[in-house]
Amino acid sequence: MALKIVKGSIDRMFDKNLQDLVRGIRNHKEDEAKYISTCIDEIKQELKQDNIAVKANAVCKLTYLQMLGYDVSWAAFNIVEVMSSSKFTYKRIGYLAASQCFHEGTDVIMLTTNQIRKDLSSPNQYDTGVALTGLSCFVTPDLARDLANDIMTLMSHTKPYIRKKAVLIMYKVFLKYPESLRPAFPRLKEKLEDPDPGVQSAAVNVICELARRNPKNYLSLAPLFFKLMTSSTNNWVLIKIIKLFGALTPLEPRLGKKLIEPLTNLIHSTSAMSLLYECVNTVIAVLISLSSGMPNHSASIQLCVQKLRILIEDSDQNLKYLGLLAMSKILKTHPKSVQSHKDLILQCLDDKDESIRLRALDLLYGMVSKKNLMEIVKKLMLHVDKAEGTTYRDELLTKIIDICSQSNYQYITNFEWYISILVELTRLEGTRHGHLIASQMLDVAIRVKAIRAFAVAQMATLLDNAHLLTGNTQRNGICEVLYAAAWICGEFAEHLEDPMLTLEAMLRPKVATLPGHIQAVYVQNAAKLFATVLQKHEGETDSQAAQETSQLLIDRLPLFVQSANLEVQERASCILQLVKYIQKLQQKNVEVAEEVTALFAGELNPVAPKAQKKVPIPEGLDLDAWINEPPSESESEDEKPKAVFAKEEPKHSRSRHTEVDEKELARRREARKQEQANNPFYIKASPSSQKVYDAPGVEHIPVVQIDLSVPLKVPGMPMSDQYVKLEEERRQKEKADKKKKEKKKKREKRGKGRKGDSGPESEEDITPAHHVDIVTEEMPENALPSDDDDKDPNDPHKALDIDLDKPLADSEKLPVRTHRPEVLKSPAEDRDDNTIPQETKKKSSKDKKEKKKDKEKDRKRSKEDKKKKKKHKDVEEELPESLPEEVVQSEETKEASDLDFWLSSAPVPPVAQVVTVSSSAAAATVDSSSAAAAESEPEELKDTEPDDTKSSKHKKKKQKKEKEEKEKKKKKRHHHHHHHHSDAGAEDSVQNGTVEDEEPLPPMSNYSLLAENSYIKMVCDIQGNHQDESKVVVSVIFENKSDSFLKSMEFNVLDSLNSKLQRPDGAGPHDGLTVPFQLPPGVSNEARFVFSVQSIVMPQKLKGTLTFIVKTDESSTHEKLDFKLHFTCTSYLITTPCYSDAYAKLLESGDLKGSSLRLEGVNMPFHHLLARICFHHHFSVVERIDSCASMYSRSIQGHHVCLLVKSSDQTVSIDAKCDEPSLLGNVLDEIKQTFSKC
Amino acid sequence: MIKAILIFNNHGKPRLSKFYEHYTEDTEQQIIRETFHLVSKRDENVCNFLEGGLLIGGSDNKLIYRHYATLYFVFCVDSSESELGILDLIQVFVETLDKCFENVCELDLIFHMDKVHNILAEMVMGGMVLETNMSEIITQAEAQSKMEKSEAGIAGAPARAVSAVKNMNLPEMPKNINIGDISIKVPNLPSFK
Repeated sequence: MALKIVKGSIDRMFDKNLQDLVRGIRNHKEDEAKYISTCIDEIKQELKQDNIAVKANAVCKLTYLQMLGYDVSWAAFNIVEVMSSSKFTYKRIGYLAASQCFHEGTDVIMLTTNQIRKDLSSPNQYDTGVALTGLSCFVTPDLARDLANDIMTLMSHTKPYIRKKAVLIMYKVFLKYPESLRPAFPRLKEKLEDPDPGVQSAAVNVICELARRNPKNYLSLAPLFFKLMTSSTNNWVLIKIIKLFGALTPLEPRLGKKLIEPLTNLIHSTSAMSLLYECVNTVIAVLISLSSGMPNHSASIQLCVQKLRILIEDSDQNLKYLGLLAMSKILKTHPKSVQSHKDLILQCLDDKDESIRLRALDLLYGMVSKKNLMEIVKKLMLHVDKAEGTTYRDELLTKIIDICSQSNYQYITNFEWYISILVELTRLEGTRHGHLIASQMLDVAIRVKAIRAFAVAQMATLLDNAHLLTGNTQRNGICEVLYAAAWICGEFAEHLEDPMLTLEAMLRPKVATLPGHIQAVYVQNAAKLFATVLQKHEGETDSQAAQETSQLLIDRLPLFVQSANLEVQERASCILQLVKYIQKLQQKNVEVAEEVTALFAGELNPVAPKAQKKVPIPEGLDLDAWINEPPSESESEDEKPKAVFAKEEPKHSRSRHTEVDEKELARRREARKQEQANNPFYIKASPSSQKVYDAPGVEHIPVVQIDLSVPLKVPGMPMSDQYVKLEEERRQKEKADKKKKEKKKKREKRGKGRKGDSGPESEEDITPAHHVDIVTEEMPENALPSDDDDKDPNDPHKALDIDLDKPLADSEKLPVRTHRPEVLKSPAEDRDDNTIPQETKKKSSKDKKEKKKDKEKDRKRSKEDKKKKKKHKDVEEELPESLPEEVVQSEETKEASDLDFWLSSAPVPPVAQVVTVSSSAAAATVDSSSAAAAESEPEELKDTEPDDTKSSKHKKKKQKKEKEEKEKKKKKRHHHHHHHHSDAGAEDSVQNGTVEDEEPLPPMSNYSLLAENSYIKMVCDIQGNHQDESKVVVSVIFENKSDSFLKSMEFNVLDSLNSKLQRPDGAGPHDGLTVPFQLPPGVSNEARFVFSVQSIVMPQKLKGTLTFIVKTDESSTHEKLDFKLHFTCTSYLITTPCYSDAYAKLLESGDLKGSSLRLEGVNMPFHHLLARICFHHHFSVVERIDSCASMYSRSIQGHHVCLLVKSSDQTVSIDAKCDEPSLLGNVLDEIKQTFSKC
Repeated sequence: MIKAILIFNNHGKPRLSKFYEHYTEDTEQQIIRETFHLVSKRDENVCNFLEGGLLIGGSDNKLIYRHYATLYFVFCVDSSESELGILDLIQVFVETLDKCFENVCELDLIFHMDKVHNILAEMVMGGMVLETNMSEIITQAEAQSKMEKSEAGIAGAPARAVSAVKNMNLPEMPKNINIGDISIKVPNLPSFK
């Protein structure tokens, strides 16, 4: 035996192993293919041998060859043989080879099922590991179905090494066998809290991957992930979770609100750029999902933009790139915040890295406004000049066009300028985008009527200088613009100054070198020009000129008749014959011009792309019906099928259907006129401008007088630069009459909502230099709004869109093998195989029972919680809200109500550090400990609750968690100190701003009772608006206390001279505002109202009424509730951070007047005192030394308020300074009140 | 998800290719060529992200790569992966290789592709990141090679001796990748430790 082994190994010694093969290939560089083919022959020989070692060696070499691109599928069976070797070494080689070349189509895979199952249950963890790894690459639906149960068992293996692999591979199993998702999900969820970080990470990975595709099914896991996010220290896991939240927030805005705080903290605390970046990304996603305009989030946006700026300014190109990438996401919803960094983005255009330049270009797209478009495009044009001969230049070109043409040319104020830009772009050599420029030229010339004359002049110049464009060769894509030029000159020939000259230019022999389709257009439009020339000379006694023109055509056209291009040939010969005939008539002195012109009469309207596709089948039209039956459709054609097209107003029922009878036509015309009269953006046709041709229905096309402030005659090629100057001058002139501007601005805002309708238009707009009408592209009546983005039906993730919250049915079990062949098994394995599935079964049924119990319990508990919550509200949320932990514990029941509950409760202590950070930097340390104490209290309470289902194990876990949390807190505290010294100012600014709203400091709430009756309770909080110095935002929480449904709530306030409720445009000064929601019994919701105030130095009260309808099953009654809204001076203050040096300067300046206040018998620690002032009165701590602190705040109108707070046993003295004494007096009074209450 | 992991040298010669989706051998080669073409024309000091490999699917995907001495390490990932996270992962991968091969160089990868695969399998499984902790990866990889050695036992000895002899006349001296010397700015490596 031993001899045999030694003999075998000596044989093997001289076999080629992998290293030899590689070496051999490297030594045969010239005839590599030949060498490899001999090697493959050798391998085939080796595979025929019985010795498994030889086979394994051969398979190993095959794996290498596979990488080089050789097909090795022929050896699949041998690979399976090697996989089933009992030796780990060979097994691993086999599995590696299989993972590299097996796929769903590999037929031998079905032979592996039993082998893999055996390996999965091997006592050697590495056998199992290798099998799992291999399987992850080649799992098929069959394998997934057969092995799902085995893998699920492995998820609870004792070794974390196996557990994590088993968890990870479940994702692949789900993909191939979606039925396994529901049965396996509870265990997968369990693994989120696995003690081993690797397993936990794997579970997070899998769920994130699942949730990314079908986020809504995983919303209920949000509390669990929230907990993980606040407790995990593994950055990889954090990144995944944060990315997941980014996918979840669009579905649940409340989640976003909850997230902002911990994310902001992470942004401040993490040193890992990757984590920071993902946090910023998710915050952006949150902000996008939240309704915009919430004043408290502007700070978050600012934080994001500011952090991104740091990234972009970093020397690391990767960070720069990512910064720009994230910036473009903000841009979509908060363009203003990004626009302030225009300098930086323009700077990135100069970056040497092309990826970065492209990103910057993307950003520019969203940054343009009417004001800066010219400037930005000018800069881009400079770049175009610099970037010779690269693909980047083409990219620039497309971007320029994109930027200018976006949203229906919304930002272009001067189309002459745009045409000149397009013409300038034609000077680029070798660009691929000639057709793009051409289509822009056509589009602008057709749709902007006012510009036609100018465009035609420019195009004529282009045609005249065509030799410059075509250059020496035809490789040039730019000659495409000649297509546009020729068409425009022909179609709008009436604007041509010298049509004869253009005609001549279009018939030069050199034209024959152009591509066929351009020549065809040349020929066709030469005919149009011819018609124009004829008409011009009509009536002149001397018909010499007209005849010369005919002669010119007859001389030149034969060149085109000989063209190899059929289109050109056909058109040319048609036209040639026509001209010959005309010439004959001319010689007889017959007037022909009118008839020739009639050939080309009629306006060509722009038709939207896909217009054809969008013609809806009219209601009642049955294409299979008898065609001769009286078609009732003709009548119903005009009636829109309302259900589908309710919103689509057909503005342009341009009648090309000449068959419509006169009456109908007149009726339509009338209706249209009516509509135009009502549409302030529509420019009425002026009688002065006569159309040359008058086709039916043409007169309603808006014709516009041109009010040109720029002389039109620009000889030669235009220079776009001169427009920039002119534009500036013009704008300055405009600034002079400011009065008008205000009015216009308002209108403009309204106009913006109507994109695609008729773009920027004359009167209503500040800027446009011309009276411009952008004709909308024609669409069939009743066109469907475009929403044909169908998702890929083959997406494997579709199958995984499964509701995971439903309790498992009995039928939903993973298939368990009932009968197995006995061949490959040792007795030990047998035992294993039998017991494991049984165990799981038992467990699962037990689980189910427990769950039922749990569910009932939880239901009770959640009811209790709700009651508690109500109580809390009664005392104005003075008590800490119930903790999310509780929810997480009861979370197994997975009821939607739980999630709602979790989301609606205020965000609380799992992030105890939040409290510290937000209240005030100085009070941080002590606060956190107290908060921690406060947090542990309810925990204990809960533990003492009689709870028989909870095992002791559970408790242990909890304790451990608590410990962890405490440790974390310690860390954070430490961290916070550090920050306080380095950049406290920047920190505060943000946190103070963001946290305010959801301030979790347990004993404090800014919501005060507004009014209450038996139906409804209103509590409110008043906050200054950061952006507007005369606005305050009142957030009112409405809570339905009754058992009935409350609806049609209207909120109204009696305005005073000083304070007014902001009502939507058009509403009268006494109209109420409709509260945008209804309240089912027991539900509360928040609405915000904006008030404008003039003077803020005095507190004031406004009387108001809430009216609503109480709807019960039988009846509904009108009810009302009066309230008094109290604007304190505090509510005009905004927490604003201040650096100590700036603070000192402020005090030194002497502009501030002083006042002071003494409070006796204040019985609380100093940091609590500070926290209260910060919280209730919107101050921030500038500096704190022992029991003395300086504080700062600013009013919405920019008053500085400075406090110096000193405390010595029970007496607090506050010295205050402010530039508005009465404001200060009132604020101090309010502070006094706050402390007298407690 | 990670769609593919490719390692090739400055001339585009593949040193390791791991596709987590199935492609035919021809397509795989084409992808490698295309990726090399995209990556190799980029300067040293530009960003490590690339959009638009046409073959490895769609707009959702990105190429994230690092260049060490003679080798490119390219990961093709979709949008569920964090860009900077993957850069870190590449760094962890290379450092792990460095530890396992003791000053890894291109020749190590050329001659021990199987070993590289085995190490990679401890980090990434089926396109998902399995482990980011370097010491854990190394522990598991070494435990397995130990098992392999013990299985080979006496029988493997002569083969090893022969291959040692063969190795003596290697055509060229190893060029170190020596990741320590090349200054790569790793923004946040501590994150994984």
